Amino acid sequence: MSTSGFVQDKEMRPGWNRPPLIEPDGEGEVLELAMGPHHPSTHGVFRMDVALDGERVIRLKPVFGYLHRNHEKLAEGMSYLGSMPFTDRLDYMCPLTNNWAYALAVEKLTGQEVPERAEYLRVILGELTRVVNHASAIGFLIQEMGASGTPLMYAFKEREKILDLFEALTGARMMVNYMRFGGCRVDATPAWLDAVRKVVAGLPKFADEYENLLRGNEILMARTQGVGILRPELAVNAGVTGPMLRASGINYDIRKVDSYGIYSRFKFRVPLGEHWDIYDRFMIRLLEMRESFGILEQALKDIPGGPVMDPKAKLRGFRPKPGEAYGRIEGPKGELGFYLISDGGPNPYRYRIRPPSLINLTILEDMCLGQNVADVVLIFGSVDIVLGEVDR
Amino acid sequence: MKTVEEIKAAIEAAVPGAGVEIVLNPSVSAQHSLRLASAHAFEVATFLRDDVELSLDFLSNATGVDWPDKEVAEKVKVTRSVTRTLDGVEQQVEETVEETQKRVVPGCLEAVYHLFSVSKGHGPVVIRMKTVNRTDQVQLPSLTPVWRSAEFQEREIFDLFGIVFTGHPDLRRLLMWEEFKDYPMRRDYVEPDDFEYEPTAHDEVLKRAQEHRAKLAAAEMGQEGATA
Amino acid sequence: MDDGLKIELGKQGIFVTTIEELYNWGRRSSIWPMQFGLACCAIEMIATTMARYDLARFGAEVFRPSPRQADLMIISGTVTKKMAPQVVRLYNQMAEPRYVIAMGACAISGGPFKQGYNVLKGIDRYIPVDVHIPGCPPRPEALLHAFITLQKKIDGQHLTGEDRPRHLNPEAPGEFSVPVPGEHDLEPTSNKGVWPVPITIR
Repeated sequence: MSTSGFVQDKEMRPGWNRPPLIEPDGEGEVLELAMGPHHPSTHGVFRMDVALDGERVIRLKPVFGYLHRNHEKLAEGMSYLGSMPFTDRLDYMCPLTNNWAYALAVEKLTGQEVPERAEYLRVILGELTRVVNHASAIGFLIQEMGASGTPLMYAFKEREKILDLFEALTGARMMVNYMRFGGCRVDATPAWLDAVRKVVAGLPKFADEYENLLRGNEILMARTQGVGILRPELAVNAGVTGPMLRASGINYDIRKVDSYGIYSRFKFRVPLGEHWDIYDRFMIRLLEMRESFGILEQALKDIPGGPVMDPKAKLRGFRPKPGEAYGRIEGPKGELGFYLISDGGPNPYRYRIRPPSLINLTILEDMCLGQNVADVVLIFGSVDIVLGEVDR
Repeated sequence: MKTVEEIKAAIEAAVPGAGVEIVLNPSVSAQHSLRLASAHAFEVATFLRDDVELSLDFLSNATGVDWPDKEVAEKVKVTRSVTRTLDGVEQQVEETVEETQKRVVPGCLEAVYHLFSVSKGHGPVVIRMKTVNRTDQVQLPSLTPVWRSAEFQEREIFDLFGIVFTGHPDLRRLLMWEEFKDYPMRRDYVEPDDFEYEPTAHDEVLKRAQEHRAKLAAAEMGQEGATA
Repeated sequence: MDDGLKIELGKQGIFVTTIEELYNWGRRSSIWPMQFGLACCAIEMIATTMARYDLARFGAEVFRPSPRQADLMIISGTVTKKMAPQVVRLYNQMAEPRYVIAMGACAISGGPFKQGYNVLKGIDRYIPVDVHIPGCPPRPEALLHAFITLQKKIDGQHLTGEDRPRHLNPEAPGEFSVPVPGEHDLEPTSNKGVWPVPITIR
């Protein structure tokens, strides 16, 4: 590749949050290294051009685009419902929340109502996805620390149980294509709800086991405490959302702020971090998993009967009126939003995905400057990205 | 949370001559937006972030939209002087005729920003900026110094649409490779021809496959003609 | 030698085989894949190596990150035009004997993203592929089936003669040309030696 990212900052207006400039200490040369796109500890095909002074990182420029599959251009040629299967493939660890965000954006555009049972099902599936995502994210982080996959095995054991539930309801393990504009595609049987209750009853024991295995581990604490600190005002200014923002102490959870769906009916707490480092992000994900168990129990207790699809919903010939809408949800990785412009036709005029992983990476350089190169891998793992969402 | 009119009034009070206009959103979501003129957009953005009441410190989404040139057919009343014979005498008379005239409304590229407030918890406030045209005057002021989260998103708009953001610290392509020449998300982008083999082609793909084969056949005939 | 005699001799403690069988048995029982996940199929690949569908019991004991130490490259996920040169370079760096499994619809032919301007319509345009698995994503059982198919293919390889495998054939190509990113597309769009453009007969 021709250019590296090390262009000089051009004339800048003063006073903005630029990354600090670190000078090399004069002994030896500066080594420019490309980490990726094939590297044993990246979450996919992602490259970082780092400049090293010994072991310290001086500059870091991320390079994306290795998985750019142009969802946005494809959606302009397809109907609204036709891009629903493609939203599964955005953040492929959590397909159900992607579906939900897109359905929410279209429902904001057209003003459709969603029946109660469908809302409860959406919450149940969304929180199950959150549990899967947080467990896997912790598992991948610990694997990059050198644990050779043992916590990941525990996480994937639970994930398999939850994927069995998804397959029983929607027909597919991963690419579910389940939510529709105005509800869900298929209703859940009482037998399925009993199976979910059984799995959810076993989840707190899994979380206890996971936490006891990891929380007091010396290597984990030595490598993650005090590393990769992200100041709160910088986090807000850089558009960081999700567990990363809450680990920097900012109380902003879109489930509480926007109260989309029926989240106002559930009681759950929002854990916040105090030290703003990797250890806080790891603990926040564990604690959020436990809060999700609470939401799941409440939802499974209260789920009513009724239809799962808005009876007035138009399935064929769906042409929303001209206008635009921005709908967002609290996905497991951050704020996942969809911005749709409709011109009255069957295809969207502009379909934009607001990717939480890409925008959380804006601040990667600031967090890694001055740290050792071995910590770069951990800091990158604690951001918890998925390349399908970064590159779309 | 203020309405769009109140925000417009607050902006015009703080930054005189800002050139703000309201763009109504006809859909149910009622997320109306404010269109800013490029000249003072940076001051307006700084005001939106630093104002105590609005406190829009969180830029959630920045994206681009392509509005290509549109051909508009209008019925226009045209007054022309025509030679007519009245009472046997040739005279110049003014006549008003209704004609259909076609004119091209020049297109533009647009950047749309969605702002929220983390400290106050309200939003979204939508602001937009338009370029002058789609060909050579495609500059807009960069809002990266105000909100850092615009850094990668403006690079992506530059990569896919071609809007040049002046004042951006590092404006390079983000998703496509550096040697790439086109702006793929524009409406008039032509995709490269790599559909050599399509087993069940139909509609558009069939047309392109036939054109591709015709081109290959012509190239082969040209080669044979050269060697013969 | 017929099987009855083999079994009788085996009962006496004499084991009869051919060098070809032994050689192929050793190779197919210890295929070590390379840690190379591109997109969504990579998650199913990881799930295949986890406790429920254990890939290690078929011989894929460890996933080596370095291409020099790996035998198998499972192309799991969409190959984009930006990534294609790196994939071909990694394949060139693998030591013979090496195999490729194209996992998922995207690796076979571009998949659901076939209309993409940045999507390579199938990785077999540039490197030879041994097994293709359809699916989006293919289930872990499908990946196990592909692995067993590859093992059967290796079992059936003859060490001498016209159809001997590449690493025993000094005239077979060892390196495949790496495409270069051009102004609108990759140059060349495909490797004519590896992927002869098929002619449709209608």
